[in-house]
Amino acid sequence: MIRVQLPYHLRNLAGTGSEVELEVEGPVTQRSILDELERAYPVLRGTIRGHGTADRRPFVRFFACQEDLSHDDPDAELPAEVAAGKEPFMVIGAMSGG
Amino acid sequence: MSGVRVLVGTKKGAFVLTADGARRSWDVTGPLFAGWEIYHLKGSPVDPSRIWASQSTGWFGQLIQRSDDGGQTWNAVGNEFAYQGETSPHQWYDGTPHPWEFARVWHLEPSLSDTDVVWAGVEDAALFRTTDGGHSWQEMAGMRTQPTASRWAPGAGGLCLHTILIDPSNEDRMFGAVSAAGVFRSDDRGESWRPVNKGLVSSPELPEPEAEVGHCVHNLAMHPDRPDVLFMQKHWDVNRSDDGGETWHEVSGDLPTDFGFPIEVNANEPDTVYVVPITSDSEHFPPEGRLRVYRSRVGGNEWEPLTKGLPQENCYVNVLRDAMCVDHLDPCGIYFGTTGGQVYGSADGGDSWDPIVRDLPAVLSVEVQTLP
Repeated sequence: MIRVQLPYHLRNLAGTGSEVELEVEGPVTQRSILDELERAYPVLRGTIRGHGTADRRPFVRFFACQEDLSHDDPDAELPAEVAAGKEPFMVIGAMSGG
Repeated sequence: MSGVRVLVGTKKGAFVLTADGARRSWDVTGPLFAGWEIYHLKGSPVDPSRIWASQSTGWFGQLIQRSDDGGQTWNAVGNEFAYQGETSPHQWYDGTPHPWEFARVWHLEPSLSDTDVVWAGVEDAALFRTTDGGHSWQEMAGMRTQPTASRWAPGAGGLCLHTILIDPSNEDRMFGAVSAAGVFRSDDRGESWRPVNKGLVSSPELPEPEAEVGHCVHNLAMHPDRPDVLFMQKHWDVNRSDDGGETWHEVSGDLPTDFGFPIEVNANEPDTVYVVPITSDSEHFPPEGRLRVYRSRVGGNEWEPLTKGLPQENCYVNVLRDAMCVDHLDPCGIYFGTTGGQVYGSADGGDSWDPIVRDLPAVLSVEVQTLP
């Protein structure tokens, strides 16, 4: 199981706790995780990635294993610890005021 | 007994204020969607239990929420607002071409006859419509693709379609207002649009003060019994049209300043109009720190200040374009919200005012439903 941590507003939208677990088939990448996340929680479509483009929204970051993966290729395989469910894939609302 | 439900959108959530027809004692619920910007909420005139809300943040984008039980529970519906086809550029602040980019929904206007049909005015300026209860939204591209659109430029708040009026006597006829472009009219239920800005003067804001487009129209109002008469609060100037927008003339008259954002018409008196004068485009607060609604009982030019119950010293809030509304009771109730988080109500046509709530987040919009 892949563990995904969601920020406050998105977990409220999805009606989940801070962390959800997903079954991801094939290579574990940003894209495959987010595709599965949006399939399981359709309300999150458009909130993390843009509709149509699937580009990360500007004030959303992706962290895992103490690294910022936000600018990585969305089809690059994520660290083995994420694929093994030992570490979460973290969706973060960027630190900025408001 | 009849009652009212006031729907308040703020920078940090939505609030619902309810009262019976006397409008003296209020229940306040909220925040709904806490922490999100709620640009607008509006109820269906066909079924008041159906309410729509535009929910957004810079972090997580746009959602549309729908309630089918008068705001008790909500469900997110479709949130994909895709421009149709190629998007040619509009002007950017510096005059350079800039691509059309969706930012948010400013205004939701439910159909007057079909609970599943809603119009959405968005930034960058375009018009969308749902016909399936919000599950999907289609651009009515005739607004954005009209020949003048390449000359539209954003106002300080962005290039937004913020006002939608539907003629209740003929739903084919609609009006939309864009900042900073002007007023546009459709006679085929939103399929095609044309600018209707003749008579507007924007000097010195425009090099050609009477240009076909480029006017920063802030808000429009129409009385349902007299849909040919439109009232407009422009960046500067209060204007009036007596021919469905074909021509406009200024009715600022003796206002202390004719800058402002909202404008409304009394539900029972088509010639009674309300504005909230703001000092200037440089100072977005009431003149002399005194919050005054101005009322004209003769359709403009002659205005009287309404002050009873409103702060008359040290008040430096603003009232945004969608933050004033009227109910349909008699006497007419008027409501407005401020950037300081106060929502004021008058149950006597504006003669006197009381704060319903004082300390909300900055108010972006106020709408009211008159309940049976």
